[in-house]
Amino acid sequence: MGMRMEYYKRLGETAHMSKLDNGLQIIVVPKPGYAKKYAFFATRYGGMDTRFELDGKWLDTPAGIAHYLEHKTFDTEDGNALQTLALNGADPNAFTSNDMTGYYFDSTEKFEENLDILLKFVSIPYYTPESVEKERGIIAQEIRMTEDEPDWQIYMRMLRAMYAKHTARVAIAGTVESIQDITADVLNQCHKAFYTPSNMILTVVGDVDPARIEETASRILPKSGGPEIARDYGDETDEIPEHETRIDMEVSSPQFLAGFKCPPAPRGEARLRQSLIGELAGDILLGDSSPLYQKLYEAGLINGSFGGDYDLMPGLACFYAGGESRDSRAVTDEILKEAARLGGGAIDPDFFERIRRANYGAWIRSLNSFENIAVSLTEGYFNGYNPFRFPDIFESVTLEDIAAFLRENIVEDPLSPFPFRDGGTKTEKSPERESVESWKVPPERGDLGGYLF
Amino acid sequence: MTLAEGIRLTCLPSRKFKTGILSAQFITPLRRDTASLGALIPSVLRRGTTKSPGMGELARRLDTLYGARIDPAVRKIGERQCAGFVASFIDEAFTPGNEKLLEPVVDLISELLLDPATWHGRFQPAWFESEKANLMDAVRGMINDKREWAGYRLLSEMCRREPYGVPRLGDEKSVSRLGPVRTFRRYRDLLASGRMEWIYCGSAEPERVRDLLRSALIAMPRENMAALPSMARHRPRRQVREVTDHMDVTQGKLGMGFACAGDDVTAFKLFLNVREKLSLCYYASSIFHRQKRLMTVSSGIEFENYERTRDEILKQLKAVQDGKIEDWEFEAARSALLHAYASMGDAQSRLENFYLNQAVLDLNETPEELAENVKNITPERVQEAMSGVNLDTIYFLRDNENE
Repeated sequence: MGMRMEYYKRLGETAHMSKLDNGLQIIVVPKPGYAKKYAFFATRYGGMDTRFELDGKWLDTPAGIAHYLEHKTFDTEDGNALQTLALNGADPNAFTSNDMTGYYFDSTEKFEENLDILLKFVSIPYYTPESVEKERGIIAQEIRMTEDEPDWQIYMRMLRAMYAKHTARVAIAGTVESIQDITADVLNQCHKAFYTPSNMILTVVGDVDPARIEETASRILPKSGGPEIARDYGDETDEIPEHETRIDMEVSSPQFLAGFKCPPAPRGEARLRQSLIGELAGDILLGDSSPLYQKLYEAGLINGSFGGDYDLMPGLACFYAGGESRDSRAVTDEILKEAARLGGGAIDPDFFERIRRANYGAWIRSLNSFENIAVSLTEGYFNGYNPFRFPDIFESVTLEDIAAFLRENIVEDPLSPFPFRDGGTKTEKSPERESVESWKVPPERGDLGGYLF
Repeated sequence: MTLAEGIRLTCLPSRKFKTGILSAQFITPLRRDTASLGALIPSVLRRGTTKSPGMGELARRLDTLYGARIDPAVRKIGERQCAGFVASFIDEAFTPGNEKLLEPVVDLISELLLDPATWHGRFQPAWFESEKANLMDAVRGMINDKREWAGYRLLSEMCRREPYGVPRLGDEKSVSRLGPVRTFRRYRDLLASGRMEWIYCGSAEPERVRDLLRSALIAMPRENMAALPSMARHRPRRQVREVTDHMDVTQGKLGMGFACAGDDVTAFKLFLNVREKLSLCYYASSIFHRQKRLMTVSSGIEFENYERTRDEILKQLKAVQDGKIEDWEFEAARSALLHAYASMGDAQSRLENFYLNQAVLDLNETPEELAENVKNITPERVQEAMSGVNLDTIYFLRDNENE
């Protein structure tokens, strides 16, 4: 035990960090002057943790189980924790991503009482075969809904096309078929393995007393944590299973994503740096104010939906770009050409500086949101870095870092021995009939897009 | 604070945010023949200024200002249209070299307002045409979201002879009639005599903001201010009006509009929180339209549940009118409202919107005072207020088949 306090002068933020004897990490970010208090309680366990070792045995669990468990976790002996919290004026919710499940609420009144409830319902499993059965239809509906979401479908298809083995191929919520095998017993096993304090972190943002948060967590949670759980994400190779793939869906105009398989990022601060480099490289290559964007926009090859993103997950990293376009091949060719030009030393230093400033501003801006603060601290903890150190990292990124990123990653099939035409992997969606759906620009940093609630 | 004739500034000093927000909007009477004009102007202005003639040039300036944003905004508040810009930029305390951002943002926003890149005394034709097409897309796109569409249709039927029935962006007919000469004239008129509201929230001293804006706006050719017409309350119908639209939809949308006599605004708001959840519906939500003393309830239902849902909603209203309010639901509704008011000061965009509403409607209460009202409310007051609530209009959106 023992709290460590750090002040981040350039952000005007303070963080109190401590680790309980049971292994739970606690981070409190005091926010004097705010009425709202926000708690985020997360486990390092998400959609891609389907194969893991428990008590000396390797278990293969059904796709979608982490998300199923998230739904059932709200069950308590007295009913449902959602209602109890809502009666206290709190606004509770949860989400499951590829690599974490998080439960949260914000409230202005009765914060400590609500925190009690949160810690209890997440750490004490309470499901019966009947209640697990009842949930199946509800989750199947949710899965069906995502099947109608073009942006999610195209992204998932891209991952499946690019990765042969990695469990990121599996949809977070699973499929209607895969969730049929989920039982109360399997849920209990997963809860036992992953919902243990040593695999979790509690983050509180708001005008609170850090010592009291620590006291509450020590009082409610188990006295000892569980063992470190070995996970298997599959032995991914450089091979790309499918270079081009197509989905037929009801959209108003065709959309595409061009994906580029990148080497996974290491743990620790290098990871934060790597993600900033990927973000900046994306903006310099094809962001709204890039020369390429302007050129493609004026040529009518893209519209406002065009954008790109760089994703990091345990064991994988990828860059992708796309949007609505009548000629995805031409756009992909232009992206490759521009990446080669910029990677070869043509990045305008003034432009680099402007993009770095704009991104720095976006990071500062994201600190207005308690949710962003808590989620990024949690991601940082699970991946071994402290996101509050971003101003220093920003300063360390050079123009040459960006050029190298583009040279090494945004090339025609960098990882397979045989060159091919389309660069990485391309997913395309074509209109079948008229539709009202439109493709959204990939979520901005800190947005919870890409997560299932 | 007054900046010039008919131009006011509301300053909300706060040091707790990472950003500052500055918004500028023209307040005009909401009218069928001018709503599209007003909605178009900010988008055309946002395309370029004399100094930065083009989106690329503007983006470059905004990137340099640490990713500052200046977005066109069009809002409908009561029977007013509010159109202009909302700027948001990081607070100076967090710029690496302590660069000042308020000054360059004020420069840019006032350039956008006062010094657009023009062509022979009117807006650039290409910009005008493409923004007109975007506006038409947005107006036509309203029908894509059936929930929003049903809400709009209910209001337009309920308030068909009142300005409140006019949609925020105008309608297809008025967009198609937009021409470059008339739009530019309208823009000149707004500069000369339109009422304006500025709102700032951030760490700068109010005097600094006021002085900056005063000198930025000195070039505005202010002439005679036209007084805004007063806003009228809704005139209740003697007989309930029922309207049904048929479209290719799989889920029905039921909208019910109520006229509220009486002035106990807090009590009306509380009622909405008490009775939002209905198991008959995929969703049910309600809005209290304060200026018009109207309440609208909207829900998504199976077509065959039309009568049942309508009767259930009326039954719930009747129950509250008869004083049947459970303690727990009264308390839950009260804490939800208190939470909303208490946390308002934690989000800059909500503060901006709240104070713009107050300024436009000439109201002075703070969120704290409104919260105080909620604390003092009793079930009896809710009952009394609800006794003056009457069904006025029913709107139903259903499929094409005949029964």
